[in-house]
Parts: sequence; C-alpha cells; structure tokens
Amino acid sequence: MQHSAAAQQLTPEGWLPPPPLPHHYDDRVSHANAVRFGMWLFLGTEVLLFAGVFTGYFTFRAYFPEAFDQAARHLSLFLGTLNTFLLLTSSLTVALAHHNAERGKNHNAFWLLVVSVLMGGGFLVIKGIEYHEKFVEHALPGKFFNFAEITAPGGPVFYVVYFFATGLHALHVIVGMSLLTWVAVRAWRKEFSPTYYAPLENAGLYWHLVDLVWIFLYPLLYLV
Amino acid sequence: MNELLRQMLFLPEQASTFALDVDHLHYFVIIVTTFASAAVGLVAIAFFWKYRQRRPNQATPMVNPTAGFEVAVITIPLAIFLLWFFIGFRDFVKLSSPPPDAMDVYVMGKQWMWKFAYPEGPSSVGVLHVPANRPVRLLITSRDVIHSVFIPAFRVKMDAQPGRYTETWFTATVPGRYQLLCTEYCGAQHSKMWGEVVVMAPEAFDEWIKDQQRGMVTRQDVLADEDQVNLQGDLREMGKRVAIDQGCLRCHSVNDAVYGSEQHIGPTWVDLYQRPTKLDNGTEIIADEAYLTESMMDPNAKIVAGYTAVMPSYQGKLSGPETAALVEYIKSLRSDRIRQASVKGPLYEPVR
Amino acid sequence: MSQSASTAQVAVAPAGAQLELPKKHYLNDGTTIRSWLLTVDHKRIAIMYLVGTTFGLLLGGIFAMVLRLELLTPGPTIIEALTYNRMFTLHGLVMIFMFMIPAIPGVFGNFFLPIMLGAKDVAFPKWNLTSYYVYLAGAALMLWGLITGGADTGWTFYTPYSTTTTTNIAPVMLGVFVIGFSSILTGLNFIVTIHTLRAPGVTWFKMPLFVWAIYGTSIIQVLATPVIGLTTLLVAAEHTFGFGFFDPARGGDPILFQHLFWFYSHPAVYIMVLPAMGVISEAICAFSRKNIFGYSMIAMSSLGIAFVGFFAWGHHLFTSGQSAFDAGAFAAISMLVGVFTAIKIFNWVGTLYKGAISFTAPFAYICGFLFFLVFGGMTGIALATVSLDVHWQDTYFVVAHFHFIMVGAVIMGFLTALHYWFPKMFGRKYPENWGLLAAGLIVLGFNATFIPQFLLGNAGMPRRYYEYPERFAALNVASTAGASLLAFGFIIIAIYLAIALFNGEVAGRNPWGSRGYEWDTPSPPPTENFDHPVDHTRIPHDYTDTEDVATVSHAT
Repeated sequence: MQHSAAAQQLTPEGWLPPPPLPHHYDDRVSHANAVRFGMWLFLGTEVLLFAGVFTGYFTFRAYFPEAFDQAARHLSLFLGTLNTFLLLTSSLTVALAHHNAERGKNHNAFWLLVVSVLMGGGFLVIKGIEYHEKFVEHALPGKFFNFAEITAPGGPVFYVVYFFATGLHALHVIVGMSLLTWVAVRAWRKEFSPTYYAPLENAGLYWHLVDLVWIFLYPLLYLV
Repeated sequence: MNELLRQMLFLPEQASTFALDVDHLHYFVIIVTTFASAAVGLVAIAFFWKYRQRRPNQATPMVNPTAGFEVAVITIPLAIFLLWFFIGFRDFVKLSSPPPDAMDVYVMGKQWMWKFAYPEGPSSVGVLHVPANRPVRLLITSRDVIHSVFIPAFRVKMDAQPGRYTETWFTATVPGRYQLLCTEYCGAQHSKMWGEVVVMAPEAFDEWIKDQQRGMVTRQDVLADEDQVNLQGDLREMGKRVAIDQGCLRCHSVNDAVYGSEQHIGPTWVDLYQRPTKLDNGTEIIADEAYLTESMMDPNAKIVAGYTAVMPSYQGKLSGPETAALVEYIKSLRSDRIRQASVKGPLYEPVR
Repeated sequence: MSQSASTAQVAVAPAGAQLELPKKHYLNDGTTIRSWLLTVDHKRIAIMYLVGTTFGLLLGGIFAMVLRLELLTPGPTIIEALTYNRMFTLHGLVMIFMFMIPAIPGVFGNFFLPIMLGAKDVAFPKWNLTSYYVYLAGAALMLWGLITGGADTGWTFYTPYSTTTTTNIAPVMLGVFVIGFSSILTGLNFIVTIHTLRAPGVTWFKMPLFVWAIYGTSIIQVLATPVIGLTTLLVAAEHTFGFGFFDPARGGDPILFQHLFWFYSHPAVYIMVLPAMGVISEAICAFSRKNIFGYSMIAMSSLGIAFVGFFAWGHHLFTSGQSAFDAGAFAAISMLVGVFTAIKIFNWVGTLYKGAISFTAPFAYICGFLFFLVFGGMTGIALATVSLDVHWQDTYFVVAHFHFIMVGAVIMGFLTALHYWFPKMFGRKYPENWGLLAAGLIVLGFNATFIPQFLLGNAGMPRRYYEYPERFAALNVASTAGASLLAFGFIIIAIYLAIALFNGEVAGRNPWGSRGYEWDTPSPPPTENFDHPVDHTRIPHDYTDTEDVATVSHAT
C-alpha cells in the first residue's frame, strides 16, 4: 500500500502511478489476474461456509414446517425488503465505483463507495432494530426461547437458524464495509488508474458476495 | 477351516446367524488383501534386486504403460471392490430388515448403563435375555448423548441416538453369555458401560419371561460390578427442582394431602406413572415414559379427557437430563391408595 | 547472487574436489530475528512451518505414548479416566491440525512448489506469511483450551456429548476454526501459483507430479475447510449459549452434526495423504533413476481422489441408523476412490521396472509407504464394505486402518521428503547408515504397534476405552511395545538430523543425481531461487542419458 502519497506526484491524467510490481510477476496483467483469481477462490470458500448454514436451514425446515411457517410470519416483511433494497442498490453503486476506477475517475469512485458503505450501515441498523424486537419478544434461540406466539414444536430451532444465518451474514457485512472503506480511502488518495484498480475490484467482488448471500437468505427466511 | 481362520484373526465366537455371513466375507476380503499386498511386495523386491543400480549415472529407458495396462489396473481392482460391495451391501440390507415375527426389545442407553425392556413387561439394567434361534429386534434409543450397542459375538452394532429410535436385529444361535459394549464415546465411564446378553434355549426363555411377569423375581438383574452408579436417587431430586423451576407445579399437583382429589389445571402427577389414562378422543393409553416425555415436548398430541389444552411446549427449555429427571420424579410419586386393577387382566408391575 | 561455480557455461567440478556451501543462500540472507519473522521468502516460511509442525508431531507423539502406557493394563495404570479422555482428544486434535494437515504442504509445498514451477515465489507471499501466523495463533488457542480445562470429546467432538460436556470446549473449537483459515490460505495461494506463475515451458503436463498432488490437495483445502469452520462455530455457540442446533431436546439433530463434520473430515484425509503421494512420485523416480511409469494417470488420479473424495463421507455413518440406500451409495463411491489409489500403486511399482535402484534411507521409507498404503488402503475398502463395517465401526480396526494411512503412508511420505530434500534445503547430507537404521526401526515399530490393533478390532475392542476387558490385554501390550520402538526410531531421526544441520557433509548441488527440476538450483538455494536461467523444456525425471548431473549444472 502506498505510504508515500505525499511524496508521490500525480501523473498528468490525475492519478498516482501504480505501486511497484512484485518481483516474481512478469507483468501487471498477470499480477492482476492472479489477484482476481485468488479473490474468486476465497469467495468460493465463503459460499461453502454459508452452504453449511443453508443445509441446516433446509434440514430443520423439513422437520418443523409449521414452526418455520409461523416464525416467518412474525418477521417484518417491510424491514426485510428494505434491507434487500439497500444491499442491492449498494451493489450497484459498488459496481459503478469499479467502473469509474477502471477509468481513473477516483473522485467519482470515492463518493460511490461512501454511498455504498452508508447503505451497508443502514442495513446493519435495520438488522439491529429487528434483533431488538426479537429480544423483547423472547423470540430467541435454544434455551432462551419464550415466544408464546409460536405454538408448534421447533420454535427455538428456527431462531437458532435465523440468528446464526443473519448474524454470520451481518459479520460479513461489517467486513465488507471495512474493505470498502479502505478502498474508498485509497480512491481519495487517487491511487486507482486504468492499469491499477485491482483492490477496488476485489473489494467489490466481496461486497457482491455479501449481497448474493442475502438474496438467498431473504426469500428463505422472510418469503417462506 | 472357518474355525482356523476365525482364531487366526482373533475374531470372537460366531453366536448369531449374521456372524457367519460376515465372517465369510471377512475371510474373502482379508485373503485377497494379503495376497495382493504380498504380490505387490514380492514384485517390488524382485525389481529391487534385478534393477539395482550397477553404475554411477546409469541411464534408464523411458518406459510408459500401455493403454491396456492402465485399463487392467482400473478394471480389475474396481471389479473386486464392487464384488465386495455387492456382497456386503446385500448382507447389510438383510441386517436392516428385521423379519416381521421378530421379538421386540427396547434398549435405552444412558450414561453409563443399559436398560432393557420387553413390551410385555420385564425390564432390567445391564442384562438382556434373549431366546436362541428366534429373531430379536432391538429398538434402541438414548437418554442423553450418543451411545452404541455392540455385541461382538453377534457382529451386530447400532448407535443409540437421543431423540429417536434406531433398530437392528439378530438371531442368536448358541446359548451362552456374551458381552455387550458401548462403542460410541460418551464420557467418563464410557469404557465401563458394558452389558451382558444371555442367550437361553427357547423353552428356558419362555419360562423366564413368565417368571418375570408373575412378579416372583423382584430383584433387578445387575452386573457383578457393583461400582455401577445408582443415578436414580439423584435424578429424582433433580426432577423435583426442575419441576419447581419450570413452573410445572402451577398446574400439576404432587401431593394429594394438600390438594385433595379436586381437579387442578393439569392431571395430577401422583400415581400418574403407568396409570391407564383416557384421552379426549376416547382412546385409552398407559402413561409410560414415552407418554410423559411426549407430553412435555408436544403437549397437544394427547389431551387427557376432561382437561383443556393449555400446556405450553417445553421443547427447547428442557435438556435431555432434565427431561429424564422429571420422568424419574413423576415415577417416584406414589400414594398409598389401592390401585385399581385393569379390566384386561393382572396389571404387570415392571421391576424397578 | 551467482555462485562462483556456475555461469552460463556447463561447469564440471573436478573429481574429488572439496564441495563448499554456496556463499549466499536463503538461510544466511539476513540473519536478524526480524528478517525471519517478517520474511516473505517461501523457503523461510517453509522452515518456520517445519519448526511448528515438528513441534506438533512431538507433542502428539508424547500424548500417544501416554495413551499406550495407560493401555498396558486392563485397569487404571498411570492416569485416571478423565485425563485419558482428554489425552486422546489432545492426541487427535494436535496430530491432525498441527501436523498432518499442514506439514507436507506447509513445509515441502512451500519450499518446492515455486522452484518446481520455475517461479521466484508463491502468488501471494504476504498471505503466505499470514497463513503461518494464523496457524500459530490457532494452534496456541487450541492448546490453551486443551490445557486449561481440556476438551474430553475426542477429536470428532460428536454432539450432543460435546455440546453438553462440562469441559470448556469453546476455545478448542475456536482454535480449530482459526487453524482452518491457515489451511485455506495456503491452498488458495498454491492454486493461484500453479495457474499463474509457471515458467515458460512448464506446461500442465510437464509439471512435476508433486505439484499435481499439491494442486489436488489445495482444491480440497479450499472447498472443504469452510464447512468444518462453520461446524466448530456451531458447536462452540451451542455449548456456550445452549442454542440447540444439534441437541434433540431442543429440536436439534445430532446426525446433522455428523454429516457436517464428516463432509470436511473425510476429504481432510485426502489433504493428508495426497501430498505424501506426491513426494513418493518424486522420490521413487530419483532413487530408481527412472521416469515415472504413467505420468498422466498419476496426475489425473490425484484430481480424481480430490473430486470423488468429496462424496464419500457417509461411510462414517454406517451404524448411525441411516437408511440402507444412503449406506449403499456412500459405500459404492468409497470403492471408486480406492481405485484411484490402486492406479498409483501399480504405476509406482511399474516405475521400478528397468530402473537403476539405489537402496537409501528415503528408498526404505518408500518401500514402507508402498506396503502400508496397499494394506491400509485395502482395509479401508474392507471397512467400506458395509456389512463388515457393522462389526468394525468404532473399534480398534478403524484405529489401525487410519493409522496405517496416517502414519504408515503420510508420515513415511514426510520422512521420505525430509531425507530426500534435506541436502537441497540445508546444503548438507545426513548420515546414511543412521538413516537406514532409523528407517528399519520405524517400519518394524510401526508394524508391531498397529497390526495388533487390527486384531484387537476383530476381537471387538472398542475405541476410546480407558479400561478394557481382560481378554484384550496381550494384544495391547504388544501394541505398546511396538510404539516404544517407533518412538525410539523418531528420536534417533531427530538427533542425527539436528546434528547434520551443522556438521553434516556438504552435499553439493545434487548429491542424489536426481533429475527433478528442483535439483537445478544450488543447495541451499539463493533467495531468488535460481542462479541461472533454467531449461524447462525437458520433462522432469528423464534419465535416458548418462550425464553426471550431480556436478553439472543444467544451464541453457
């Protein structure tokens, strides 16, 4: 990462020269390809992580269909849809930021990233509101469950799945927001150019995965 | 031949019909394995000698396999493995399909003992009596963590899972006493969680069952090892505390002297265990452990006649041991009242 | 920095010349602690992994000896039941996560993958260093949890026992989770390296077979490890907060745990064995001075094992009450995986045909490996034969089977690699006679330890038994005697290798005369791996000419 930004001169096009190529790569293109490939592999591992959670969801849904039905009706469809809208839009702004960074338009990229991070923050706030509701109602996992509205057996299990899935997802949202913030700072410093935009692209890929996981969670939990 | 191989391989005696089938396949597999390893080993040793390095920097030809070689190396092992698979799977399907006339025995594992119960009556801790030459089906469950029923002499094994029943079956062939071992790690005393299977001649077994049912044998079968922990006393105490903590006593009474015989919100627990109970749909059931447990987890499944369905489900609020403790507590609540005999004949009292 | 002895011309050292270590190499290029702790040189990271994983092997071995000593008598011997239960949990967790999974990829994969591909480093050197520190952190967390209060669940931590036990398993679970990340990072790094950093001329089907093995291993690491990560999180959460994912009293399902656990842990055994197979593919060519018999088959079978191995996990659940259909499906798939290994065995033995074999310590380990892989592998097939598994499941037969593979195949592979590549990594030779002696002790000790355990399993002795019925005593005593021999062998190896590090005879560039790619560089290699442009148009392990490669450098 560039630490000598102050000492670096902007190129005539308005961005910083790219950082030096690591010695074991032949050219910038192959380095960018390697980094992108590595990111896709890492996203693969995240997909498998969530696959386990979804396995649990489907297993318990098969065991306790009525409880899952009842519990789903007690989730706020409005808040869930709002969250979906926030994440989808933030994915769009991230993609636009990537588009701008590819052309060296760091200023635009920066503000698009800021909007994305704010939307991520909004997502977390709404999730917090939903969690708070659950705590108040005692609609909680395992031994803390005491929600009279769910009469069929399996209520505690639904909330185990719900809290684990959305909690793990929220953790990834926080990580994604941190990555986007870091890349936004670098955009502010005008580091991205047509020959160097891999960090933003990869942070964007991560954010798209976070969005994708939610796209699966939302219908399974809310739209049951 | 069978006996020779059995002893060479340290296999236990073959005391069930299944054991013979399993051992025959075992011999087949082990003999082929030994031959294959020996063949590979001998060929390798021959090559070490014949192709030892004779000069420094000795050159060697580029040798690559023919397509035929590779095809052979794939198809022959695959054919052998699949042959074993088919024989083994066929035997496994047999093991998973108890015959319809099999005698049922309920097996319950809990830390760290085995309880056996026959549908018509007797139950015991640690010793399972079965008749020879008749199929016996084991219906196995666990009270707490996963255990596993293993009877080496029968070549039979099945896990005991909490929350569900698993089943397996066997036909014992040789009368005698055989060890039963727990073979899924279950905690501190896992390696002492043993039982004994007593195979009796069919007539002797029928006599024994009748004896049990007459109530003439009142002592529990126990293992010679007296170190078996008697958990029942502690469980009752725990059950009492759980009943208070979970609010059961708001609706169920445990003391006739206080409440008399007037109806409370829920059925009284006094003399509840094994009480013939009429349900609101007209059927009558005996309030056994299964019913008590079910009522805690899914109370609306069976509503006692004359009561309203207001009991909440305790699933998720009670752990396995707590449920077991409550059942033991309920079982201990007996009054001095003379019990009514069932219309169906003498009501058997299970050996406690 | 170029070595004085090699320039662009072919240089031949005069016969009898005194060999010297190269002046500058990766070990003395920077001697401060900081230059080691913050290194991004894959070779130094490999050495650090060697230190870490050897420590894991030592710890795990000590726990194993305690277990075997306890099992000398049917009743209590030296420790009590709770300690014993913690000890076998420790043995399993430490051996698997601190040694078996990371050792060959982390040490030899890290050291040799770039060199074999003609690259100067792995794709992401900083992530490589990170993976090592993540490994240390996870190991520390796991060990701390095991020591303070210690898990007594066995390394398989089946629920509901693991979620209801009073021992504190949360740090152990989190330690496993963290160490899993190290595995993922390493695998990820290697996959990208193989795809993007091959030197010109190193096409996919010219890569050394060790690289193919590492490739297959890395695919499994990347895809399977997240699942165990999730599972450990779920168990930790359930144990700490009473969540009830796996507890039937709260509506959960303990069999779901078994499926999630084995979905990783079965492919995990291929993470352990594939790299060892890769080492054997290299070493058997070097020590029989012969090309590999059937390159494509061995390369493709590594991928086959990686792929099919993902679908066989249910063979660990045959006695859990699963349906006969499931059991059959998993059994059939397990048979398929066995065929890939059979292919390799025949091809390795075929490599010996018309070779020029020198019986050295690495070759002794190769022999051990071959025998143990055949026997251990076929007992695996036997276990997959469902009806037989009903008798053997959770008995010492299973223990013997997996130790045949994990110790008999993987550790033999590790020892082969250690001896074959010792001169390359450290520039010195180990004493060959001691090497042969130790190899003999290990092979003998290994047989004496684990063959009685097959028989114990046949006789019906269950696993994880602290006390056992009298009739199992003789075989247990035999097994413990063998284990002492095995331990003695390891101690001897540790001693002579440590001495050879400083006092061993200087090896020169290529003491074995091997034609693997990695022998083209000096021993030890310089930090940038190569001191001259290397010719990668030839295939590895081509011994069809009589040129003396030990003293000749292959330069274009």
